[in-house]
Amino acid sequence: MSAVSPLAIEVRGLTKRYGGRAVVDHVDLAVPRGRIVGFLGPNGSGKTTTIRMLCGLLTPDDGTGTCLGLDIRAEATEIKRHVGYMTQRFSLYEDLSIEENLDFIARVYAVPDRQRQVHDALKRLGLEARAKQLAGTLSGGWKQRLALAACLLHQPELLLLDEPTAGVDPKARREFWDQIHSLAAQGITVLVSTHYMDEAERCHRLAYIAYGKLLAQGTAEEVIAQAGLFTWQVTGDDLATLAEELRRQPGVEMVAAFGASLHVSGSDRRQLEAAIAPFRGRPGTAWAEVQAGLEDAFIKFMRDAQDNLQ
Amino acid sequence: MNRFSWTRFVAVLAKEFVQMRRDRLTFAMMVGIPVIQLILFGFAINSDPKNLRTAVLDADPSAFSRSLVRAMENSGYFRVTRVVDSYADGGRLLETGEVQFLVTVPEDFSRRLQRGERPVLLVEADASDPAATSNALSALLNLNQTGLDHDLKGALASLKPGPPPFELRVQRRYNPEGITQYNVVPGLIGVVLTMTMVLMTSLSMTRERERGTMENLLATPVRPIEVMAGKIVPFIIVGYVQVTIILGAARLLFEVPMVGSLAVLSAASILFIAANLAIGFTFSTLAGNQLQAMQMGFFFFLPSILLSGFMFPFRGMPEWAQWLGEVLPLTHFLRIVRGILLKGNDAGEILPELWPIAAFLLAAATVALARYRETLD
Repeated sequence: MSAVSPLAIEVRGLTKRYGGRAVVDHVDLAVPRGRIVGFLGPNGSGKTTTIRMLCGLLTPDDGTGTCLGLDIRAEATEIKRHVGYMTQRFSLYEDLSIEENLDFIARVYAVPDRQRQVHDALKRLGLEARAKQLAGTLSGGWKQRLALAACLLHQPELLLLDEPTAGVDPKARREFWDQIHSLAAQGITVLVSTHYMDEAERCHRLAYIAYGKLLAQGTAEEVIAQAGLFTWQVTGDDLATLAEELRRQPGVEMVAAFGASLHVSGSDRRQLEAAIAPFRGRPGTAWAEVQAGLEDAFIKFMRDAQDNLQ
Repeated sequence: MNRFSWTRFVAVLAKEFVQMRRDRLTFAMMVGIPVIQLILFGFAINSDPKNLRTAVLDADPSAFSRSLVRAMENSGYFRVTRVVDSYADGGRLLETGEVQFLVTVPEDFSRRLQRGERPVLLVEADASDPAATSNALSALLNLNQTGLDHDLKGALASLKPGPPPFELRVQRRYNPEGITQYNVVPGLIGVVLTMTMVLMTSLSMTRERERGTMENLLATPVRPIEVMAGKIVPFIIVGYVQVTIILGAARLLFEVPMVGSLAVLSAASILFIAANLAIGFTFSTLAGNQLQAMQMGFFFFLPSILLSGFMFPFRGMPEWAQWLGEVLPLTHFLRIVRGILLKGNDAGEILPELWPIAAFLLAAATVALARYRETLD
């Protein structure tokens, strides 16, 4: 295993086709070691397929690359030993107890000093008292914690987490992210897919995929800069009507509601300002230029990708 | 007031038809099962088997013995497939199931017949399956009356009236009292093993896929051969428990004779159990969910029960159905288990029935391992 590469994941041209349609289309992805990389994109954009190719669950139709310095095609078996993969759907055995599940996973990975490891994992989870409880009877948040504990048992160097916080309450989500950060601090690399913007902001780096194409990657600032958006924020009354009117203006590419305000964005500053000029004096509205947010950037990427497809 | 609504009824109705069409396998079953049953019950199954394999030991070839054998063949129930020179050879053929009848014409048959000494014509039947031989044995009674009509001419015409000029002696071997249970209960071992082994393996594999646990399993370093072996061994133990229960019941409740070696039987059972588990594993790699796995299991079970000789006499079926039956492991296992328990077959005698099971196991395991994916592709 080559520890020399500063990248935990480095793939080029990764492609997967189903029935002639490219679900993942020439994705180049670089994930630095010890970082948390958020993997974002709409439903069906190819996030899960990409993750499955990275951990050897799917064979890529095209593309080359390495995971932890191991070739994703030739050394998939070896990769599995060093990667912890948490599936989108709870995939431990619901008819086994918490302890039995952990014990099974520890055995499969041939974890040394197995019983102590399992016991420690239970203790960390705070599930010692419920060790004999069936995994199927746990709530969504506990299932997620258990699944994470299970994929940490063999002390992986890379964690691939596929929408780990879907259907989990805010408190559990927060605890989960605290744990992810402490793992990263120990040097573990994390690639985590998510739909939540607040979670995106907690990542060191982001990668955005839509329609199978990787549209942007980098830090949050870099991703926003890549979108090249100018944004004005409007607060005031009757924003719904205003939004309708603004959408019809040339130069306005996106109008999105954020609580009690609107974000009006365009990639051409002059055109955008010309377009909003007639509305700025409207009584009861307040206008201010703001920094475009991640969500604005993502919507812009998705639109552009859509336009390219049509 | 909530009356029956046609709109709501039609909504459910239309949805059901759409779902029925989507589930191709269920749709195929709805058409396939009646067709298979029609073919099997309509053409293959015959509870009045004819042309049964017969060996002849003619120690005194003469016009009389030829006429008697011809008369037996003319009844439609007997077909002479082997002519043997010694009684021991004939006995072995009967023991291995190669023939179902052995006809022995003793030395001096014609001379003693002509003298009016009523020599014995011995017909030995493999009665381990009473249903297969009983009609043929009743047909033999006609032989007494008419078998030698043409040969009793001239000076011998005086023998025609009165009792037949020879004594027909019928011996029902292996099951002299014709007790059906002796045949059915040992056979049940094979049937029960087929049913549970195929279903349990295919369900346990498809359950992993259906519940999503397969994805987790595949992401670990575990190898297909490890999964297969780990899943199969518990079922082999379950299979042995079943064999023990049925054998115990056969002994204590039904008093089935157990002539042969139980050690040989358990050794042969391993192979049979493994063959069924392999086919179950293969089904699991083809089925998308547990329901489909069940349906495939049923598809396999139906011909196994009908064409193996468990329910209906094997030799009564047309040639094509017998060929089909020869492919199924149950057919051979039934011969093994009946051979060992009722006829006292030893390891050498069941060998011809072991290799078809081994071939089936090899084929099924090859398909299963080729189809089992280490990936989700």
